[in-house]
Amino acid sequence: MITAVRKPMEEIIACVSPYDRILLVGCNECVSVCSAGGRKEVALLSSALQMHFLKQGKTIEIREMTLERQCDPEYVEELVNYMDGADAVLSMACGCGVQTIAARFREKPVFPAVNTTFMGASERQGVWSERCQGCGDCVLGITGGICPIARCSKRLLNGPCGGSTKGKCEIDANVDCAWQLIWDRLKALGLEKRIEDVIEAKDWRTSRDGGPRKIVREDLAS
Amino acid sequence: MKTESRLEKVLASGALAVTSECGPPRGALPEKVREKAGMLRGCVDAINVTDNQTAMVRMSSWAAGILIKQMGLDPVLQMVTRDRNRLAMQADIIGAYSLGINTMLCLSGDHPKFGDHPMAANVHDIDSVQLIQMVVKMRNEGKFQGGKDIDHPPKMFVGAAANPFADPFELRVMRLAKKVKAGADFIQTQCIYNLDKFETWMEGVRQRGLHEKVYILAGITPIKTAGMARYMKNRVPGMDVPDAIVKRMESVPKEQQPEEGIRIAVESIQRLKEVEGVSGFHIMAIEWEEKVPEILEKSGLLPRPEP
Repeated sequence: MITAVRKPMEEIIACVSPYDRILLVGCNECVSVCSAGGRKEVALLSSALQMHFLKQGKTIEIREMTLERQCDPEYVEELVNYMDGADAVLSMACGCGVQTIAARFREKPVFPAVNTTFMGASERQGVWSERCQGCGDCVLGITGGICPIARCSKRLLNGPCGGSTKGKCEIDANVDCAWQLIWDRLKALGLEKRIEDVIEAKDWRTSRDGGPRKIVREDLAS
Repeated sequence: MKTESRLEKVLASGALAVTSECGPPRGALPEKVREKAGMLRGCVDAINVTDNQTAMVRMSSWAAGILIKQMGLDPVLQMVTRDRNRLAMQADIIGAYSLGINTMLCLSGDHPKFGDHPMAANVHDIDSVQLIQMVVKMRNEGKFQGGKDIDHPPKMFVGAAANPFADPFELRVMRLAKKVKAGADFIQTQCIYNLDKFETWMEGVRQRGLHEKVYILAGITPIKTAGMARYMKNRVPGMDVPDAIVKRMESVPKEQQPEEGIRIAVESIQRLKEVEGVSGFHIMAIEWEEKVPEILEKSGLLPRPEP
């Protein structure tokens, strides 16, 4: 999923303070699962803002909405009837959701209330870790199901580097060394020899380096 | 001979080679480079010039290398994959070679977190193994990494690093094998304090016959103080400083510690000279270059051969 964390209150307050009527929009997908921008977080942020402005002696009107999927124009269309009543939109979705709203409602300012962080997986309750960088040419099949691009601090394709210590990365004792994990997994699979195969320099065109990416499925495109 | 490298000639002659290193200054004073390199004149076969070591900005490795070349000495261009993409690296390799630099060392580099620009982007377009492949392809096939022909290709003698002390240990010989497979001509190791562990690693290296495919230079760093020993033991990733070394440094009064550190370095060299497969030494006397001649003299590694 795409993970996010809420921005600091001061930053959010600074964005919305010039406005009187705010449309606060959450998303029921990834940010809801990682407890950053779902219905519950929308309600919490709304109350916090109300409280802040009340103390300032200012009344602010906040309408709360949580869309099924904010990165989908079909759902964003649901906001159309509420836009006239709003001076600005505060979105709790990932950057994709914020941009979908900005593209649909061109004359309405839209502010992000969360920092979109990474594509990750849940490790346990309340803990998410980065797992994928969307490089566009998946290597997991040759690296034992552990991604060195997302999980090695130097994204080495032929690791580990000389800083791997007791299974941990040199940058932080709380970060697993991806290549230790890969090695352990290759051993478990009986594929130790594979560690000596040189993985060739990557073609980054499939990643962000090739320019903004787009998927067009002719069979589905309308 | 694959190249014009003096280091290659010394190694090919069968003599124990000696390299040392020079960290370029954090400023534009060429004198600082000349001063450090000057201390090594006549004592070493080549001088490594570090590339933004510990992720701190310094005079570029190739520029400092050229200053050293102009002194009639032989620089080893260190290159990390952290700061530049493959276009910039190949451009620098050609540029350095055009000015007479013919030996280089391929590294991934310390993470920016450790330096004074922790906010910098981490490039790693390619990694150190792929950098070895790239330089070897430029030399052997006369082609850029992208596949097009090079007009007058650079012929670099290609080095790589090995850290026998990093984890997982069982992987460390295989990792060397991988660098050899990628085409490395010589290896400079991490500083060796745990000689037993190094010898165990070398045993694994010999079992695979890797010492016959690549020249291995054992890394030596003299310890100045007991504090430095403790710091390296506890704070430097991938460094193995046994308690016995720390205790030995602590056992002598502060003013005698530098001398003790030199003694340890000389004893290590003496012992490692006897290890089959060790082709020479890489002395990294960090900000203590003036002691290199003394260490080499006491270790019986002077005078240097004229290849």
